[in-house]
Amino acid sequence: MPQLPTPLTLPQNRSEPRALRRRRRKEAATAWAYVSPAVLVILGLSVLPVIWSLLLSFQANDLVTPSRWVGLDNYQALRQDPNFHQAVRNTLFYTVLYVPLSIVIGLSLALVLNQRIRFVGLYRTLFFVPFVISATAQGVLFSFILDPEFGAANSVLNHLGISPQGFLTDPSQALLVLVIITLWSGTGLCTVIYLAALQDVQQSLVEAARLDGAGKRQILRHVTLPALAPVSVFLLLWQTIQSLQVFDLVYVTTKGGPLGSTTVIVYFIWEQAFKEFTAGYGAAAAYVLAVALIIVGVVMRVVRRERTPRRTKAAAS
Amino acid sequence: MTATTTETRISSRPSALPTERRRFRLPFSGWHLVLIPLAALFAAPLIWLALSSVMSDAEINRFPPALWPSKIDLSGYRYVLGNSMFPRWLLNSVIVSAVAVTTNLVFGVLGGYAFARMRFAGSKLILVLMLATMAIPFQLTMIPTFLVMKKLGLIDTLGALIVPALVTPFAVFLLRQFFMALPRELEEAAWIDGCSRLRVIFSIVVPLARPALSTVAVLTFLTTWNDLSWPLIAINHDTQYTLQLGLTTFQGRHHTHWSAVMAGNVLTVLPVLIAFLFAQKAFIRSVASSGLKG
Repeated sequence: MPQLPTPLTLPQNRSEPRALRRRRRKEAATAWAYVSPAVLVILGLSVLPVIWSLLLSFQANDLVTPSRWVGLDNYQALRQDPNFHQAVRNTLFYTVLYVPLSIVIGLSLALVLNQRIRFVGLYRTLFFVPFVISATAQGVLFSFILDPEFGAANSVLNHLGISPQGFLTDPSQALLVLVIITLWSGTGLCTVIYLAALQDVQQSLVEAARLDGAGKRQILRHVTLPALAPVSVFLLLWQTIQSLQVFDLVYVTTKGGPLGSTTVIVYFIWEQAFKEFTAGYGAAAAYVLAVALIIVGVVMRVVRRERTPRRTKAAAS
Repeated sequence: MTATTTETRISSRPSALPTERRRFRLPFSGWHLVLIPLAALFAAPLIWLALSSVMSDAEINRFPPALWPSKIDLSGYRYVLGNSMFPRWLLNSVIVSAVAVTTNLVFGVLGGYAFARMRFAGSKLILVLMLATMAIPFQLTMIPTFLVMKKLGLIDTLGALIVPALVTPFAVFLLRQFFMALPRELEEAAWIDGCSRLRVIFSIVVPLARPALSTVAVLTFLTTWNDLSWPLIAINHDTQYTLQLGLTTFQGRHHTHWSAVMAGNVLTVLPVLIAFLFAQKAFIRSVASSGLKG
């Protein structure tokens, strides 16, 4: 081969870049064909609507007739709307109760199940099953169980000699009841994620601590919990975002009532846009919520980066 | 309370260590005393759902209501399957979920592969934009998406439910990450044998990506099947309802017809429960891995 005369290879050499370029261009065309469905749907139904929403929030729009530019009026009105204030308060109350409780109970269950205990699989299944059930089905089921007249809950309370409760029909109880329903369905997620993370806690560290004379509680506090910190931050972020956006369960069970005691932000947005047909106002409320969510996300990112300086790359992906 | 299994096994054999008997030990871990009531509490609402769906309305609607059916009464199911739109809603839900799962897998594989393996102008920018859209809350896009669907004439059709669910950035990104971790050599061997690119993807890459594909399938099915917010906005006519939307409307209209409502609820929940029990490992792995990587 090395003895081949040079003139023979020369034309080949000259044509190769062109062939390569043609292949590259063909590859790029194929690649674009492959990504085009994803690009169309994701950019068309995400990026475009985000800009559109922003424009809408400066307009008066009833989803039917042409809209009218009103500047910052929608945002100004939100600042003075007592219903919106109540929605924000309700959402914060719900979030502040649900998020820490679900994480603490989820972690406790995971720590218990992580011991050498029989039937771990069965317990894990039972705690996790409610998570796969839709908020609609949960809502319908619990409006039945908690029905003040025909519900099983009051029947059980009756057997125990406790007077019947209003549950979802009682303005002072409804939001709390919604938190408990969500704990029933959402705690299993925390348990499962913590259980998976506990598998990754290095046993050598636990052993080393034990050899150094650390008790169970000390190992938990100084070895296990710090090792779980990235997962805890993730769950805190995830659960907070989920509960700030709660809607389905509220729609199915209480429709924001009684007396607005369970009107959450997303319910308020939905009501404004698709019931009152003041879409611009709804869009403004949605932007307020989105900014809150972004702040939560950024704060968590910063916390996470400070906590895990070596694993920023893994955490970012 | 914290007896390990090895210790309990010894103590449960009374003849082996007679001195042990003086200190009372349970023949099982004490944690079960906490876990069993707790598990019962988690299971109780679902058991009650199943029970009440086979009770008669007379039994449910008395005070205090019966907690246990005296006999199995299927009139709730008969009503729901015969006199309501539930079968139609079930079909609609199946269509929407099946299409969404299929298209997410196909477009996710194609998109994920292109981002992982192919060079093309603008790929980095699009990938970053796509990742950013994962952080956009649904509430921000729902009003314009409604307007877009209205322009396309899809409102009040299953198309309005299918189009936004065709492919998610999550599917593309998850599969891209998985493909990046696969060794290139396997594909290169097929290249040399003269396989086309699509052939390489679907006969070599896809079979290797089973775990990632099952994660995409499970999470897509779970989110489309269980969604209420978007069908509530996009659908008005009851022939186009999904199960979730149908169930909540049905409940509103049959307020004291609880056995039928619960029978409908069982029909709504059962497909997900069956899928979960059959593919429990995939479900839990999907959820746990998406959490750990998040």
